[in-house]
Amino acid sequence: MIHTLALTAGLVLLWLLLSGYFLALILALGIASIVLVVWIAHRMDVVDHESHPIHMAAKGLIYFPWLMWEIVKANIDVALAIIKGKNAIAPKTMRVTASQRSDVGRVTYANSITLTPGTVTVYVDGDMFLVHALTKGSADGLGSGDMDKRVTALEGYVEHGTEGVG
Amino acid sequence: MEMILYVMSWMAIITGSVFCVIGAIGLIRLPDVYCRMHAAGIIDTVGVGLIFLGLAFQAGWTLVLAKLAMILVFILFTSPTSCHALCRAAAYSGVHPMHGEQAPDGADVVDDEEDASSKT
Repeated sequence: MIHTLALTAGLVLLWLLLSGYFLALILALGIASIVLVVWIAHRMDVVDHESHPIHMAAKGLIYFPWLMWEIVKANIDVALAIIKGKNAIAPKTMRVTASQRSDVGRVTYANSITLTPGTVTVYVDGDMFLVHALTKGSADGLGSGDMDKRVTALEGYVEHGTEGVG
Repeated sequence: MEMILYVMSWMAIITGSVFCVIGAIGLIRLPDVYCRMHAAGIIDTVGVGLIFLGLAFQAGWTLVLAKLAMILVFILFTSPTSCHALCRAAAYSGVHPMHGEQAPDGADVVDDEEDASSKT
């Protein structure tokens, strides 16, 4: 129920921000579209904690700025490596163990790794990620496990039947 | 005030463009497909982000800013997905990373076995 409300609120916000008009006809069309979309989403059975991870929203406000800062630092590292040329890069493939317990947590971690330039998640098998790293700096940064811990804190795992693992 | 915003806006746009150019150079200069993916990552993140920042300064607190922010969020959520798909496709078609050894099943290639979490 709470996920349906989150979806509806998100769609209302999206419509208002994209249109910016408050005419009766336009608003009526908006309401009709939102009802239709929510109904279709329900029929598809995709409205759940995975498509709407609202339990992560509050902690995400802390995690996201941190991730942005990490991305900026990684960008400078990779940009310098590109300018310096072939000697500055040390491409390697490494295994990383994810400590998250839910699928949403692992997806968040894997996507955070990929979003950070210099590291790309190639393959995910359970809690083992295969990561390709471009420079020594990016490999070491990932190896420190800082991001892993932060995503696990973000995930805030709670045991309730619907949260599938693996 | 308007002048300061104008200067900040153009500084952000020009820096963003410089990062995009570096990314493009990297796409050509780096040795294999996996390395080149990292160069594309620069364009996806800081290149797009800084150009967004510059345009946001010009837009001010308007609906345009909200739309710009949505574009940024959509790019940040979709680009790792496409990057991962590209990477998997390359691994499946048998492209191996530089200095890589072929793993038994052919899809995963591990150059330097290293368990990152064991260090922590």
